[in-house]
This record gives sequence, C-alpha cells and structure tokens, in this order.
Amino acid sequence: MKSMYKITLQLQRCARDITNMSQQAVNGISHRGRVLTLDSMNPNVKRVEYAVRGPIVQRAVQIEKELKEGVKKPFTEVIKANIGDAHAMGQKPITFFRQVLALCSYPALLEDSKFPEDVKKRAQRILEACGGHSIGAYSTSQGIECIRQDVARYIEKRDGGIPSNPDNIYLSTGASDAIVTILKLLVCGEGRDRTGVMISIPQYPLYSAALADLGAVQINYYLDEDNCWSLNIAELRRALNAAREHCNPRVLCIINPGNPTGQVQSRQCIEDVIRFAKEEHLFLMADEVYQDNVYAEGCQFHSFKKVLFEMGPEYSNTVEMASFHSTSKCYMGECGFRGGYMEVINLDPEVKAQLIKLVSVRLCPPVPGQALLDLVVNPPQPDEPSYATFMTERTAVLSTLAEKARLTEQIFNTVPGITCNPVQGAMYTFPCITLPQKAIDKAKELGLVPDMFYCMRLLEEDGICLVPGSGFGQREGTYHFRMTILPPTDKLKVVLQKIREFHLRFTQEFS
Amino acid sequence: MAARGLDLILHGAQVKLCDKLKDINSNMWNMKQLEYGALARRANRIKDELRQGVRKPYKEVIDVFQGDLHGAGMKPLTFVRQVLAACVYPPLINSNNLPLDVRQRAQEELGRCVGGSVGSYSAAAGIPEIVHSISEFIKRRDGGIPSHPENIYISPGSQWSISNILNVLVNREASPRTGVLIPVPFYNKTVLSITQLGAVTVPYYLSEEQGWALQVDELQRALESAKGVCNPVALYVINPGNPAGYVQSQKSVQEVIRFAWEKRLFLLVDELYQDCVYGENCEFVSYKRTLSEMGPPFSGTVELASFHSVSKGFLGECGLRAGYVELVNLDPAVMKHIHTLSSKDSCTPILGQIALDLMTDPPKPGDPSYPLYKQEIEHIRAVLVHNVKRVHEVINSLPGFSCPPLEGGLFAFPRLNLTPKAIQKAKELGLQPDTFYCTRLLEEGGVFTGPGWEYGQKEGTYHIRFCIAAPQDVMEELLRRLSSFHMTFMKDFS
Repeated sequence: MKSMYKITLQLQRCARDITNMSQQAVNGISHRGRVLTLDSMNPNVKRVEYAVRGPIVQRAVQIEKELKEGVKKPFTEVIKANIGDAHAMGQKPITFFRQVLALCSYPALLEDSKFPEDVKKRAQRILEACGGHSIGAYSTSQGIECIRQDVARYIEKRDGGIPSNPDNIYLSTGASDAIVTILKLLVCGEGRDRTGVMISIPQYPLYSAALADLGAVQINYYLDEDNCWSLNIAELRRALNAAREHCNPRVLCIINPGNPTGQVQSRQCIEDVIRFAKEEHLFLMADEVYQDNVYAEGCQFHSFKKVLFEMGPEYSNTVEMASFHSTSKCYMGECGFRGGYMEVINLDPEVKAQLIKLVSVRLCPPVPGQALLDLVVNPPQPDEPSYATFMTERTAVLSTLAEKARLTEQIFNTVPGITCNPVQGAMYTFPCITLPQKAIDKAKELGLVPDMFYCMRLLEEDGICLVPGSGFGQREGTYHFRMTILPPTDKLKVVLQKIREFHLRFTQEFS
Repeated sequence: MAARGLDLILHGAQVKLCDKLKDINSNMWNMKQLEYGALARRANRIKDELRQGVRKPYKEVIDVFQGDLHGAGMKPLTFVRQVLAACVYPPLINSNNLPLDVRQRAQEELGRCVGGSVGSYSAAAGIPEIVHSISEFIKRRDGGIPSHPENIYISPGSQWSISNILNVLVNREASPRTGVLIPVPFYNKTVLSITQLGAVTVPYYLSEEQGWALQVDELQRALESAKGVCNPVALYVINPGNPAGYVQSQKSVQEVIRFAWEKRLFLLVDELYQDCVYGENCEFVSYKRTLSEMGPPFSGTVELASFHSVSKGFLGECGLRAGYVELVNLDPAVMKHIHTLSSKDSCTPILGQIALDLMTDPPKPGDPSYPLYKQEIEHIRAVLVHNVKRVHEVINSLPGFSCPPLEGGLFAFPRLNLTPKAIQKAKELGLQPDTFYCTRLLEEGGVFTGPGWEYGQKEGTYHIRFCIAAPQDVMEELLRRLSSFHMTFMKDFS
C-alpha cells in the first residue's frame, strides 16, 4: 500500500530539533551504547502510521499554539475536521447517559431528588454488578456479565430474534481494542505462510497500522468509486488470488457503514461477501461501529450476523466471524469513554480459551465505558421518565447528521474539480479532487504526496484540517481527502464554502 | 534451576487446519495457562450460589485475589468521585451540594477537554495539561529533578504501557530471540505480555530468606544462564514488590542501575505501589531520582521506563484504567515511533486521565475538600498499616505458615510448608500443591486467594498471594477463616 508520504523537510527538521533539544536536556550529551535504537527495535513498529493523528494534525496543533500566542493568520481558529470526534465539534451528550454515569461515579447523588427515578434505578443496577459497588473495581476481563447479557439481548432485538450468547460477547476498550485483539490472535505463520488480511481501499488506517505492527500481510481490495464505493466480489477474488502467491490469506475485514467512504452495503452485497468468505475459508471481521449512522434514502443497515443466520445453517454453523461496535460514534459520540464490544461467532473453543488469556493481560476494559455501553444497548423505554428527552436528543443528533451529509455532498458537487459520492452513512466525506499537473509536480519537488500538499495548503491558508486520501489508500493517480461532517451546520456551511474557494484558488494557481 | 510454571511449552507444529480456524499466533499457546482461571470460575459460581441462598459455612466470599481495593470493600476518595461526577454531568457544577473546590476543579478539567466534554478524544499521549501535572508531580516527588512532559505517555492502565514498550523492544525477527530478565516471584500479567510478544523470560530469584532482597549476584547468574538461549535486552523490576512485599533500599536501586549500565540492559520499572510503604526505615526512592543522582555516566545513558497508575495507592481506581510511563534517555528517533504507536491506540479514557490529574495534584491545605481528603487518606493508610501487622502476626503464629514483615505493596505472599501427604493429594488431583490449597481454602473457607505457582517461586516451595487492602473487619474475618482452615488442613494432611 502506498501509505508512505513524506513530510516537508522544513517540518521534519523542525520536529526533530524540538525533540532533540528536549531529549538532550534530559539525557545529557552522550548517545553511545543505547540498547534501544532504530536498528535494534521491533522493525514492525517502524512501519506503523496513523494518518488520522498524523503529521497534518501535528501541524494543526502547532498552528493552534501560534494563534494562542497571538500570531496573525488569515483565520482565527483551526477547524479540526480530521477526526470522527462528535463532542469535539460541539455535539451534546445524551442527558440520560451522563446522568446515570454521574450517579455511578458518585453514588451519594442517588439521594438527590433532581435525578429521575429511571436514572437512579439504572445506576443502582450497574453498581450492584460492580465489585464493592464501585466503578473503580476491576471487572472480569471479558466484561461485566450482566452487561454482556444486555448486549446479547440488544443484538437479538436488532437482528429480529436471532439468538446471541453472552459468552460470545467480549467488552473492550473501544472497538479498536477488540479489532487489534482478534488480529493479534489470528496473525501467524512465517514467510509465504504469513497471515494475509484483506482490507478495503480506502480503509480506516487503524487496520493498516495494526497489520504493520503485527507484521501481517495487508491485502488490498478496491472499492468502486464510480458505483458509490460499492464492494465487488470479482475484485475481492482478484485481490485474494494475487495474494495467494506470497502469503496465506485468512481474514477479510469489512467496514459497514464505511469509513472513510460512508457507503452502506446492500443486503445482497453482504450475502455475497459471506458466501465468498465461506468458499475461501476466510475469517470475517465486520466493523459496524457506524450502524446507527445511516442517512440515505433506500439504505439500511444489515448486520453481518443477521444476514449470516438468515442464510441458513450451512453458513451460520460454519462461517467464523467477529462483529465490532462501540460507544464512540452513532448518536452517542462518547469517544472519550472507550466503550465497545465484539461478538464472536463459530470460534473454535480452544481458540476462545486463548482469546481469554489475551484479553486478561490488560486486566479489563474501562468500567465507565462498560456502564455506558449498557445504557446504549438498553436505552430508556417508552414508559420511563427519561424516554421523551432521550428520543428528542437522539433524533436531533441523527437528523442533523443526515442533513449535514446531504449538504456536504450537494455543495462539494458544485465545485469544478471535486466529485463527491453520496454520504450514505458514517460521519465522513471522501471526495475525489482533481489536481492540476503543475500542483502534482510542485508536491513532488517538496517531497510530498500531492493530496498532502493540497491539505497542508488548505490548513495554512484557511485553518481547516482534513486528512489526505493517501492516509486511507486510493487508486493510483487519484487524490482525495477525508473530512468529517461533524462541525455544527452553520460552521460546516462556512467550511464547505472555504474549501470551495480554496480549491478554485489552488486550481487557478497551478493552472 | 527452572522456576515452577516458567517452562515454556513450545507449541511447535501448527494445529492442522480443519473445519474451524485453529491456526493462531503460536505465542498464544506459550502464554502460561491460567490455572487460576478454574479457581476464578469456581469463586464466581460460589458467589452466585450464595446469592441464590445456597447454604455454606460462610455468608460471602472474601475476594482478595487481585489488588482491587474497591472490590475488597475500601472506599473511593470522595473528592475524586465528586469531581468525576461533575465532569460527567456538568450541570452539577452549578449545584450547591458539591464543595466549591470540587466544582472549580471540574470546570478546570472540562476546560482542558476538547469541546468541553469528557466524551471527546484527547491527544494520544494524554491531555497536555494533565501530562504536565504528572511531570510536576514527578519533579516534586524526586526532590526537584526535572521531568519532561514529552517523555510521558498516559495509557489505559500500566499494563497497556508496559506492553507497548515491550512491543518496541522485542524484535521478533532477531536471532537469538529477545530476552527479558524478570524477578521471581513476578507479576504474572507482565510476564504474559512478554511471552505473547514472542520474547523469552529470564528469571532472577529474589531471596526469600533476606526478605525478598534483589541480589546482584543473582542478576549476574540469570544473565549468564541466558547465554546461548536468548539475547537479554531488558531488566524488569517491581518496586515496591508484587507479590512479594519488599521495598528496595536506595543502595539496592543503585546496584540495579549499575548492573543495567554495565550489561547494557533497558530498565523497565513497575512503581505502581510507590504510595504503599509501611516498613519502619523503609522509604520509596524512585529509579528516576536515583539514576539522576548517580550522575554521569549513568544518568545520561541508562534507558529507563517507569510505570505508575491510578489503580493502587490511595485511589484504588482499577476500573478507570489509567496509568503513565515516563521514558528517560531514549533515542529521539525511537521516541518518534513510540509516539506514532500510541496514536493508533486513540487515547486513554478521559475519566481515567482526570483521576490521574487528581492523584498527582490533590487538594491542598486551605481547600474546602482538604480536611475530608486528608482524613480519608489517613484512614486508608491506618487500615493498611494495621492489616500488614495483623497478617504478619497471624500467619507467623500458624504452624507451616510463615512470611517476612510486609514492607510495602498491597499483597501478602506467605510461604506454605506443605506436608508430603498434601503434595501427594494435589498431584493425584492434577493440581499444583498451592493451587490445591487455594482451592480448598475457597471451598471450605470462602476466601479467594492466588496460588504462588501463578507468580513463580523456587522449585519445591509453595506460597499463596492475597491482597491486604481490605477494611479492618474484613481482614480480621479473613484471618480468622484462614487460621481455622489452615489448622484443619494441616491436621488432615499430617
């Protein structure tokens, strides 16, 4: 994967100088005889990159510092549309969740009459399930049992009654933690037998980072930009067959709804993927953290688990799968709580025993995150006091996101040189940008990948921080950026306008 | 001499690919089988049975298996929980029911969160102001020796940090394999991490006769034993100890640092129990401070990673999952990669980060919350000091049971002198002798402890580990049950 983009020499030198200075201040002058050097360290770690928090973000943070220090710029604030962080962009938390969590944090508040009865009941139930009735006690490594039961019930309800076993649920520190755990388990073999993991291009760079870290082989399958980023079985097959030459493909990752592309897979597509996984004996990893973020007409979220079981025992008894969900996205946006889970299907019992060993190393997932997850899978019911407010807040968040998704697609498509697929779901837009040849040449001169050059310019000129498409992967010769649709509507309109103006300026400059 | 339970069972051949995926990371099989898993499951089942009203010789299980203060009944600090609640639900900041300094502090913490919400991500290394707070805390603790924020990384618990640093250290492509020196007895989670990453553990034995002292001769022997087996790159130290309750003297810390310098070893130092020191004439001195005070050539060259967390000490907030590592003398180029590595992990839970801030920057005299805070801290300390004394008294009064004075940490690790009959019975049941003892203690006495085998011990010796941070009445009940069970057990197998 062409994930290598170079940082400008200036930036690199700057960063290195800062690091060196401070290191030297602590270290003294001698650097001889270090145990841990670039040569001796784990070579896999050197290959890890994570664009979402990468160099462009570091520059954005630097600019923010400069603004704070009073340096004059063409803008007064940096808009960080790089990371899928809803609260950072002003989205409000769900009142019910925060009330229950406050009571869990400080149980003396159970006496406070200002909290509704259902909030108190939930807090009490959660506290009773905690050691010493405190969210500060360890839970079991797999997660608090009654919460796993609630998660299982939620999955059953969501999937039209298809049973879910709490023993197959593993709570985690955000979905990322669970994803990495499964990969740690599955990646093995040496040389030509090294595990190959199929991932979409474009992808969420946690996958490429984790695969690099684990020394797994990344197998890219291209989503079809001309068809709304749809997944093509023929393309999966092509990628798989090519990969068989040099590795042992065993895992197929799919993000639905997609990140960065936002596409919501059709039911047929999901069936085709499952069939493909069975034929080719692949372990399916279904990243479904955006399952509530579906906006486009005619689009619907279908869980892989549901489709799998509806395909009958021939599939549901054999296909091995892990589905992931989290409290960071959807309408909750509670990234900072690090709540999440995975449901594993058809895992070999011996392998499950090893999985328990693996999750026990980090003791347990954060208990507040577990508590939050419990509330998410078990929200207020129509007959409960908090229901009305809860539904109002939830609907407001999701409808605002849907509106912003439409607005974004609409405005970007009015800009010559920007083409934007419909944002069917998730929280991002990944438009294709046409760059003049002169701009591409200039980027090369500076040692930058063209879309990084573009994004850096946008950052410096307009204070808008996006992530270049190269951080996610894209077809050779195409350029993109990923922008979140999270800024408040008014601000988003301004951002879209500014990007439009920037793009025209940029195109003009390099014509 | 191989330590019990440390023999690596190399699962050489991959299990044949049949219907279900059995081929997994071979290191998984190498990770020590969690024998206590059966014990833990039994403990949970007994707890369930008691909840359902099944009659047993006890009304509840005293669970002192983990270093879990709240789980054992110790109370969280009021100030910490009030601030967290107000951060989670900001309308509480306007509530007159909370002290002024709590409300101000919550406001301050929220001001540092992006978008003013604890639901946002933070910078990967941690909220910058909190990282700064930690560096100030370290500086104060270490008599003014500077600590630089860019060398500090907050993580979801110390084990997360430790495994990240190990991940950077362990070169899986290297031959011979990377080795890490580990103390025996050890903290089993770290050792699981080491094995999971494909490194080799090189045990060095702490001297039980000398109150679990760390002897440089033994470090030397261990290092020599590694020749031809692996390439040792790191030395893992736990101070104060876990499970053994020692606190290293400054001299001992200096010796270890000198050894690491001479033999070119990266120092990994777990200092989670730095607030848990009880022994007379015992004092916690950090490796960072000692290293710095030793001056050149040591201070500028020995690579050190020190770990701390909110899980132990007075906070006991294990469930919040927050800790940090301070890295000293690392190669700047390597630091850059550590930064990238931590960025893919998103960030540490914000509530945990706030708890870290409250731990490193607690209420001060004059603050409205200070009197209660001080009272709670002193109470916890008094309970621990009392428990430590009682445990020592009671254990040493029982035949076939002994333990040195507990200088620090949160565990007792007494030695069991099991009779040949007991050992034989254990063998018949396919259990390690101390697991057998712990199983019986759980079933008959309703006390859940950990077998020494889990933590490593000299061949032919047996121990149990249990947490001593429990309310005094719980500890008394524990000791009563333990004494009664032990006498019966010794008699049954005499």
